[in-house]
Amino acid sequence: MTNDHDHDHDHEDDPRALRAEALEAILIERGLVDPAAIDSTLDYFENDLGPMLGAQVVAKAWADPAFKRRLLDDGLGAIAELGLGGPQVDHLVVVENTPDVHNVVVCTLCSCYPWGLLGLPPAWYKSLAYRSRVVREPRTVLAEMGCELPDDIEVRVWDSSAEVRYFVLPERPSGTDELPEDALAEHVHRDQMIGVAR
Amino acid sequence: MDGIHDIGGMDGFGRMARDESIFHAPWERTAFALASSARMVGNTDDFRHAIERLDPAFYLGADYYGRWLGALEVRLRERNLIDSDEVDRRAGSATARPHALASVGLPTASPDGGPVRTLERRPLFAVGQSVMARDLHPIGHTRLPRYVRGHRGTITRVHPAFVFPDTNAHGWGEDPQYVYAVQFAAAHLWGAGDHSVSVDLFEPYLEAA
Repeated sequence: MTNDHDHDHDHEDDPRALRAEALEAILIERGLVDPAAIDSTLDYFENDLGPMLGAQVVAKAWADPAFKRRLLDDGLGAIAELGLGGPQVDHLVVVENTPDVHNVVVCTLCSCYPWGLLGLPPAWYKSLAYRSRVVREPRTVLAEMGCELPDDIEVRVWDSSAEVRYFVLPERPSGTDELPEDALAEHVHRDQMIGVAR
Repeated sequence: MDGIHDIGGMDGFGRMARDESIFHAPWERTAFALASSARMVGNTDDFRHAIERLDPAFYLGADYYGRWLGALEVRLRERNLIDSDEVDRRAGSATARPHALASVGLPTASPDGGPVRTLERRPLFAVGQSVMARDLHPIGHTRLPRYVRGHRGTITRVHPAFVFPDTNAHGWGEDPQYVYAVQFAAAHLWGAGDHSVSVDLFEPYLEAA
């Protein structure tokens, strides 16, 4: 094995680490997993994918009103213009935040997430607390995450229970009128595209 | 099945902790890569269902990738691709050995082609229509969350048709179905709240209301 995780340190007494190692060896011996595929899968998910892709989409939508209309109308078609799509983005719905509406995305049944635009999700997105609570008390959950929503803003929660993936288009921040598209992308944070930040 | 995974609206899981980790430990990376690469053991729906069938105490105690690892081991055992105690022997103990409820049907491996399908028939429901989420309790896999069953909502989007997880997870065919975004008022679901919750529901989960 050439992958660097062999050099990293698991807790040696963690039975899950021992079982993962055992399964890896068995699957490779049986030819059920290609060792090269393990490395290339991790490399792709950790290095090629990430929130920088979603940020490109947001920046383009902020800079180009015609693209924004296409994005809201046909998410998958619009991101394909940027060469984007990828795993877990078989159908895409982009929902727009406005001064009056805030959108937030969850998957209560597992942890569905638009990998192709945001990479793999952070632990909190997959947590039992987030999955159970955000459909019931989104304002409280967001406040605990540092996002206080005004009382008069309408909150829409999207539970991605099927294969449609949801992506939040945040509002363009004030004072960015002069910025070119690539500089705009630096103003976009992953949390805004999930909807746990404004 | 009415499983432990279906936690939308449940109490007791605590405050939000800002854990930003993608992987907490190297074994989680391994678990992710193995589960993603070993495609020959079934399909995505059956993988999700294997996670749902894990012993509830195991499910709650394992972290996210602990469930992935457990479900992968269960699927390999169920298909006789590994012996029942093979991982125990290799790992040096049976600690953390995953157990799961038996599935009502296992699919064979299916090729990766994405889940979107084109149907000849028209969608039964239209945007703006009032619908009821049926009060179904299938013994197999379903993507109908408990918290919307028996509740009335409004169709806000008609999505394309997708492979139906309730059949595909068990090798009973793709049986593609239209999917709808159905918006529910929090006040109806929970008795309180001023927000809405939109859930993507397959056509067989719905009836006109």
